[in-house]
Amino acid sequence: MIETNQLTKIFRIKKGVDIPAVQGLTLSVSEGEVFGFLGPNGAGKTTTVRMLTSLIGPTSGSAWVNGFEVGREDQAIRQSVGILTENPGLYERLSAWKNLEIYANLYDVEDVERQVGKYLHMLDLWSRRDDPAGSFSKGMRQKLAIARALMHEPRVLFLDEPTSALDPEAARLVRAFIEELSGQGRTIFICTHNLNEADQLCDRIGIFKTRLIEMGTPEDLRQKLYGRKVVFHLRKLDQAWLAPIEALAGVRDVRAVDQKLVVSLEDPERLNPQIIRLLVDRGADVQFVGELQHSLEEIYLQTMQDTQEDMAAS
Amino acid sequence: MKHIRTIIDKEWAEVFKNRMVLFTIIFIPLIFTILPLVMLSLTGQGMQDIGGVGAADVPVEFLSACSPDMTAGECMQIYIVNQFLLLFMMMPVIIPVTIAAYSIVGEKATHSLEPLLATPITTLELLAGKSLAAALPAILIGWLSFGIFLAALPLIGVSRAVIHYIAGPTWLLAILVAGPLMAIAAVNFALFVSSRVNDPRAAEQIASILIVPILGLIFAQLAGVIVINLVVMLGFVGGMVLLDMGLIFLGVTIFQRENILTRWK
Repeated sequence: MIETNQLTKIFRIKKGVDIPAVQGLTLSVSEGEVFGFLGPNGAGKTTTVRMLTSLIGPTSGSAWVNGFEVGREDQAIRQSVGILTENPGLYERLSAWKNLEIYANLYDVEDVERQVGKYLHMLDLWSRRDDPAGSFSKGMRQKLAIARALMHEPRVLFLDEPTSALDPEAARLVRAFIEELSGQGRTIFICTHNLNEADQLCDRIGIFKTRLIEMGTPEDLRQKLYGRKVVFHLRKLDQAWLAPIEALAGVRDVRAVDQKLVVSLEDPERLNPQIIRLLVDRGADVQFVGELQHSLEEIYLQTMQDTQEDMAAS
Repeated sequence: MKHIRTIIDKEWAEVFKNRMVLFTIIFIPLIFTILPLVMLSLTGQGMQDIGGVGAADVPVEFLSACSPDMTAGECMQIYIVNQFLLLFMMMPVIIPVTIAAYSIVGEKATHSLEPLLATPITTLELLAGKSLAAALPAILIGWLSFGIFLAALPLIGVSRAVIHYIAGPTWLLAILVAGPLMAIAAVNFALFVSSRVNDPRAAEQIASILIVPILGLIFAQLAGVIVINLVVMLGFVGGMVLLDMGLIFLGVTIFQRENILTRWK
């Protein structure tokens, strides 16, 4: 659905001053996948979305969206994708209905009334359809902007910071709607720096700062950076128990934290029973066992730190 | 055509919700219509008071515009009313410039330009929609004002010969053809400016320099450098057609989505 190959964008600020916004981006997003594009402000996320929606052209490299090549079939790309821009950019003097009607006509929707009505109902804006968009709350504006992006039922949807500046309740509503869209089999490309949101919504994540630093499922990224960790809560911990656990094949590391053992291991499903047996045989009271989940925030911050260290070293 | 209609519909829906713009659209034509009527009415009364004017009162270079069967007073009225012809031609320039100048940069400022440019609308459709949305009301109001002016002439006692002159080919060519051509030029220039600047106020100020050449025409006529007659008007129309074509070509060629979206930060 979305393919990029060494996609690069360099902005010429003035003669002799070039700013690389996107460098050598190569990725592939499959049909129906929700792909999260994570990165700090100024990382080039919006520039990437603008290239993939044929708003701006790449400096080099190539990209295909819905089978159409960026730079060659721009009109076809614009017809077949939906975009939620970083700012909703609604016509504030116009009603919600009029805002959607304009876009339905620009996207050559056949039954404009039905389509506009459908999304106003779906996003719970029907009762406010005649009110100016300028009178809406931020959450309502964002919902209206999402509806606008969906007027022509695109199979590929680009969402640039869909929940930024929304209160938790509005953000939750928008996220629930994105999940609903994902359930309809649409390919969704989300730019965000809301890590919990990415963790919750995305099948795969790319961590990006002008170039792609890491890519994978949230779980893959966790394992890649930290491996899997299991915490054994004990009534009382004896330091002598650490060595035999560490000796087990597949255990990478064992640490004692208060009355807990934190074990880094490759295959918890196979090793957990062995460790519990070992502990019980030595008289330990195992209260409970749980897998330690690193948040995406930890992964993201670790990745960014590693990248900065690599850059400093080079 | 559907995309162009949609843009026109959108622009009108937005513009006509703005009371200040509405005021400008109504107030300027009202002044430009009443002013010549008042002047004609006053000069008509004045001529009766002093028992008429002689040919010497009319600038010599203007006498050619008067037909031999006209009285000197009628000739004087034609001289006066011809100064207002340029006001009627200015009307379709002044009214749409504000709308067109805001058109692109205003959408940039409110962030509505990016989603609009992400639709399958072509550059030509977008610019045509925005041009027509700004120019059409101005052209129609210009025509309507002229119609009201023409209808009011007999009511203030203007003679049949003067009315006949005003409803003649020079004025009709100016109002029906030159005015709309000037409106198209003004709108395209304003759109060009609007797509190159980053501030709506700057766009309006730069676009307002369009008035300068028209003021030049007014002063040139007052000074007797030019006399607007049918030949001059035909030449002017020809020049405007070329200017319009050049501005439309320039506008479409220079309008780069990428530059507009990325250059203005």
